[in-house]
Amino acid sequence: MTSIVERHKKLEKNVTLLGIGALITVAIGGIVEIAPLFWIDNTIEKVDGMRPYTPLEQAGRDIYVREGCYVCHSQMIRPFRDEVERYGHYSLAAESMYDHPFQWGSKRTGPDLARVGKRYSDEWHVQHLKNPQSVVPESVMPQYGFLAEADLTVPDIKANLTALREVGVPYTDKDVEMAAADLKAQADPEADAGDLEARYPKAQIRDFDGDPSRLTEMDALVAYLQMLGTLVDVDGAAAQEELASEHGR
Amino acid sequence: MSMHSTYDMLRHLADSYGLLVMLLVFVALIAWPFRPGARERNSEAANMIFKDENDG
Amino acid sequence: MVTVLARAGLWLAVLFLAVIGVALAADGGFAIHMGIVALAALIAVWFTISGADYSAIARGILKMPDQSKYDDDPVRWGVIATVFWGIAGFAAGLFIALQLTWPVLNLEPYLNFSRLRPLHTSAVIFAFGGNALIASSFYVVQRTCRARLAFPAMARFVFWGYQLFIVLAATGYLLGITQSKEYAEPEWYVDWWLTIVWVCYLLVFVGTIVKRHEPHIYVANWFYLAFILTIAMLHIVNNLDVPVSFVGSKSYPLFSGVQGALVQWWYGHNAVGFFLTAGFLAMMYYFVPKQAERPIYSYRLSIIHFWALIFLYIWAGPHHLHYTALPDWAQTLGMVFSIMLWMPSWGGMINGLMTLNGAWDKVRTDPIIRMMIMSVAFYGMSTFEGPMMSIKSVNSLSHYTDWTIGHVHSGALGWNGMITFGAIYYLTPRLWGRERLYSLRMVNWHFWLATIGIVFYAASMWVAGITQGLMWREYGPDGYLVNSFADTVAALHPMYALRAFGGLLYLTGGVLMVINVWKTIAGKLRDEAPMHDAAYDPATDRPILAAAE
Repeated sequence: MTSIVERHKKLEKNVTLLGIGALITVAIGGIVEIAPLFWIDNTIEKVDGMRPYTPLEQAGRDIYVREGCYVCHSQMIRPFRDEVERYGHYSLAAESMYDHPFQWGSKRTGPDLARVGKRYSDEWHVQHLKNPQSVVPESVMPQYGFLAEADLTVPDIKANLTALREVGVPYTDKDVEMAAADLKAQADPEADAGDLEARYPKAQIRDFDGDPSRLTEMDALVAYLQMLGTLVDVDGAAAQEELASEHGR
Repeated sequence: MSMHSTYDMLRHLADSYGLLVMLLVFVALIAWPFRPGARERNSEAANMIFKDENDG
Repeated sequence: MVTVLARAGLWLAVLFLAVIGVALAADGGFAIHMGIVALAALIAVWFTISGADYSAIARGILKMPDQSKYDDDPVRWGVIATVFWGIAGFAAGLFIALQLTWPVLNLEPYLNFSRLRPLHTSAVIFAFGGNALIASSFYVVQRTCRARLAFPAMARFVFWGYQLFIVLAATGYLLGITQSKEYAEPEWYVDWWLTIVWVCYLLVFVGTIVKRHEPHIYVANWFYLAFILTIAMLHIVNNLDVPVSFVGSKSYPLFSGVQGALVQWWYGHNAVGFFLTAGFLAMMYYFVPKQAERPIYSYRLSIIHFWALIFLYIWAGPHHLHYTALPDWAQTLGMVFSIMLWMPSWGGMINGLMTLNGAWDKVRTDPIIRMMIMSVAFYGMSTFEGPMMSIKSVNSLSHYTDWTIGHVHSGALGWNGMITFGAIYYLTPRLWGRERLYSLRMVNWHFWLATIGIVFYAASMWVAGITQGLMWREYGPDGYLVNSFADTVAALHPMYALRAFGGLLYLTGGVLMVINVWKTIAGKLRDEAPMHDAAYDPATDRPILAAAE
């Protein structure tokens, strides 16, 4: 007993020991909670339908992040009757597996967007982003009309895809090679999209912002919004099986 | 070891023995200031911030 | 001479790199940021060269600052920076509160709510709170160790480096440079810079403790140390990412989806736990006893408080992710530990409050102690509310609503704000060698404005949050949802207006503090009926000289 007391006396008087003790104490919780997640099945195994974002969708997602949409919109539907009725099937873990960073959000000043894709027309989105109050009078959303005026300038989309590949998104060599062409082709009905749709199943290929002559930031953002929640067939057999393996939902 | 069993092992550890060990460490740390002979040292430490007011 | 040259050379190298960064920048935002860095490096070069005393160097004299006094320059700058950033952060908060009330106030693209909100949170947490922590820790560690700051040049670098971090973060949000992780929005190069500054901060702090003249390390320093170390750990892990280009602002975080969410909220909750709680508790453990002129109620309780708090807090993060795709066991762990946290938190609150045991009349007569005590009371309130909200069934109603916003602000405005104001009122006359504050009566006004402001804020957000939560889940007799989302937005309008009013009161109190601090520094004394204040003798406020031993 005395020896323990003596050792503790040292701790109170030795800044190195105190610091190490404190660091170990705070490290435990994080390690025990976080480490197991890196072995969890459903974030590693692919659920049917999940694929990386197309270059245009990813560019739109980067704009979503840049503008701070996550400040007011969640992308995480909880398994409650009202949420499922309002927003659609609750979100699966695998649906955000390629989200660097995740966009689950923490506050709903506006509605959840996890399954907003294909629920409204492109025209509605463009009008709503330009002037939200003209479509939803009660809305407190800011205006994002400048997106329609801004040409989509990604300095080097290949570099974006390469960086994403480094953090674990399975883009193929061809995806990276074709990134710049894919970016343009997806929003241009005149262009030849090649095998874009084969490499990115369910990719929506059309002009999104109502101005086919230009590729704008509005094109990219609407392309991203229109694909949210559309990849996984949540009522299909594969997704149901996946759900059964998710613990405690 | 497969991914799945590693995960299961880790999470079992997290909510069984691991938790117990941490609880014991925690209780020991809580008991620490109540060890015999701590009272005087504690009061000395508490009054330390006023020491400079008496030494002009 | 060698040191002057080495330092100037280092800053020239930074300047050189920043200019290259501007020239090669992949995006406009990065170019602007590198421009700011270049300007900062230029100023640093200028001060390094012009500030050196060449005649002294030539004569081979090592010019030493007065060793018989504490090294308080960085503390003085820190007090001014805290007040300045505080007002900026409160004003930004008021503005975005008004934007939510009247969306016409959004000015796209730079002044949209979605870009200003991170500006507000970072300004109050990292600029106001961070400067208060750095300044007060430099003050407290010197007094409790009876030693001058170790590495004085590095301490100055910590202060100015931290201001550069704030400027880069704030301008970044307006330019749309963000990685969208709440309270960790700055991009990769700003994170790297903060890491350098933070390591220097740790070195100065630990170095000062190492050269102390007191055998025991006072408990406030334990809390400061845990805060500095844990923030370093959280910051580094949560900001692991791969830059798209080394001359561009964009990066992608290493973790995605579920892992990304858990790492982020492990960070996010412990930014609250260690930045806004442990660090500010350190302030409580020094300034409350000093202002009350009596030792802390129970020193052993403070030790328990320390270990229990740092151990339990780190687990609580998953309560931000209840009912999400995060595995259930992690949610439950997060909930259980959050509820357990209630105990050490209230232990700490009782310790702070009971310090006044036997001297409760000071709450009536001393406006600074009143401010501190109210702060501790708010700490108690929000650390009760927090565990309650982490219970899954409560959280199912409160999550995603303004209740969370109200909870955060009763902690931030009440606990962090008030203890900081108290510390600033304590520090200002002592740091500038004034007899007392310009006006203690104004402190009293500040106290009431802030308190009533918080009441408006918290009450309106409670009502807003519960209204929102209930309206979202309201079913009619026909079995359909009653309210569209837009209905719920419209219902909150009056509450948002009341919240903005509360914020206005709080900001007004802050403006009184600016006047008070300004006049105190200017050496003015307001002619007023005296109120009680803690005694101060500058003659004894000195380090123990090594030679005297």
